[in-house]
Amino acid sequence: MKLVNLIRLALRALQRNKLRALLTMLGIIIGVASVITMMSIGEGSKQSISESLSSMGSNMITIMPQSNEPGGARMMGSSLKTLTIADVDALRKNAPDIDKISPLASSSGQAISGASNWPTSMQGVAPEYLEIRKLSVKEGILFSDEDVRSSAKVCLLGKTVVDNLFPNGESPLGKIIRFGKIPFQVIGVLTPKGQSNFGQDQDDIIIAPYTTIQKRVLSSIYFNQIYASAVREDASDAAVDEVNATLRETHRLRNDEENDFQVRTQAELMTMMNSTSSMMTALLTAVASISLVIGGIGIMNIMYVSVTERTREIGLRMSIGARGIDILLQFLIEAIMISITGGVIGVILGISAALIIPAALNWPTVISEFSIIISFLVCAVTGIFFGYYPALKASGLDPIEALRYE
Amino acid sequence: MNEKILEIQNVKREFIMGTEIVRALKGVSFDVNAGEFVTIMGSSGSGKTTLLNMLGCLDKPTDGTYLLDRVNVKELSRDELARLRNTKIGFVFQAYNLLPRTSALENVELPLLYNPTIGTKERKERAIAALQAVKLDGRFDHTPNQLSGGQQQRVAIARALVNEPVMILADEATGNLDTRTSYEIMSLMQELNQNGKTIVFVTHEPDIASFSSRTVMLRDGKVQKDTQNTDRRSAKEALASLPESDDY
Repeated sequence: MKLVNLIRLALRALQRNKLRALLTMLGIIIGVASVITMMSIGEGSKQSISESLSSMGSNMITIMPQSNEPGGARMMGSSLKTLTIADVDALRKNAPDIDKISPLASSSGQAISGASNWPTSMQGVAPEYLEIRKLSVKEGILFSDEDVRSSAKVCLLGKTVVDNLFPNGESPLGKIIRFGKIPFQVIGVLTPKGQSNFGQDQDDIIIAPYTTIQKRVLSSIYFNQIYASAVREDASDAAVDEVNATLRETHRLRNDEENDFQVRTQAELMTMMNSTSSMMTALLTAVASISLVIGGIGIMNIMYVSVTERTREIGLRMSIGARGIDILLQFLIEAIMISITGGVIGVILGISAALIIPAALNWPTVISEFSIIISFLVCAVTGIFFGYYPALKASGLDPIEALRYE
Repeated sequence: MNEKILEIQNVKREFIMGTEIVRALKGVSFDVNAGEFVTIMGSSGSGKTTLLNMLGCLDKPTDGTYLLDRVNVKELSRDELARLRNTKIGFVFQAYNLLPRTSALENVELPLLYNPTIGTKERKERAIAALQAVKLDGRFDHTPNQLSGGQQQRVAIARALVNEPVMILADEATGNLDTRTSYEIMSLMQELNQNGKTIVFVTHEPDIASFSSRTVMLRDGKVQKDTQNTDRRSAKEALASLPESDDY
């Protein structure tokens, strides 16, 4: 029989048992839809991670304090006291692959302006910090190196802080705010950056010269972190080596001592975060594919029923000239039709879900052609694999017995 | 007109049932010429069904030769047998065996679907012609459950005619029908026979056999009697002589 006729025949058979066909497809539909949804959520989070990391500066290097004392209670990195301005100066001098460098000393507290107040964190940095972190000044000006030297009480506000301290929309430029007991003059407003993909509000910050924070707020000579940028993205690894060598020297670490600091690049962070999200995606996709297999078994089951039910029809078709292959193809194509129709519905549902999820749950999704193609192929293969045995059984029937089957 | 359509020589068919060998046909020989209307009769257990399966190329003889239109069936593969059934034989069954929920026209088209040399247009034309030949004009779109038993059997006959077979093979084709409808079917068969179709009709009703030109009587797997019908009845006249309608 010609393929066109076989397809028409299969469609007709499915039309006759619409509900049954739909129920049979359900497994495949759910399987395909969930595979596509899972993969698009995975792909979405992967992309948003890499976007937000590169928006922080893709050649950024972060240096954090770390305990090198084996045993004992280990302390949180930021509360350790190993990084000082001497390290920053040494790095400026001895690390040729480092372009810009800025220390960071941060303090949390209440910012107050008139009757408004807002809990936020103040970050004491060098002017280079803005370039390293890809921040920019929207209004006003940035503090200068002179302000750093003189520990000037000036600051720049992020958008969230502006909104909360100046709720009536007046310009904060030139106003005095208090952080703790210290008054600061607002000299600029930062361009909004929005939420990071860790859910952090990146605009809920105040930045000021690090000297001001160290001397007037923290009364400390230590930094929480040092931010640096490599001259080029591919110079990151060389820069990390230089940082390690320089800091070991300034910290006077013996060869057998561990680092009392840790260095992270964006690339490392990206790999780390991606591997976590990839694993989650793989896991969820594996669970989703189980329902594809179960869907396939459902098809096999219903095809066996169908073959038994239509034994007389098979006998008749054989007696008027259908060859084994004709019967085989008839049932095989029917099974493939079920799985492919289920696949199409599943793809549509999966894509719809991937489009709705960002709006409903605020998770980023990216629909990849790859996931659609792969789940579609899996569908077709499922149809062939699970449809083959029932079809083979049908084609092997003896026409004499099939005709007399009750 | 003396071309031999069927040549059966000393055909034997044995089945193995457990440890016993059942001899269903013990050496059957007869020929059927083109244009003949042969009934094969016999009581149950006479080997009638086995012979029918053999004639219909659904089964192959254990021994002996069976030539259908000069083709030796015994040497053919499963697929070649299917092809032979498709092009040379038109089956008519006792239970009609129409595809349910499928229109009369599509039921008739069915054998042509398995013949790759026939296109969509020709298929439809031939199916219409076949339905017209069995006087079912205007019922093309009816499904089997919208048709009476006699009409269903006519659709089945049209399906048997559509591939222009060398022989129509009917298996108790009137077995499920009342007398009047049986006569109508037999009248149709006679008409087809007059137009040159070779018909082999398996039945156990002597009444039906009297409409044919020749009767082969089987008994215990052998031909008991092979007689030409001298006083062949006309089904049309038999139909006319039936009482107008039954009162009930």
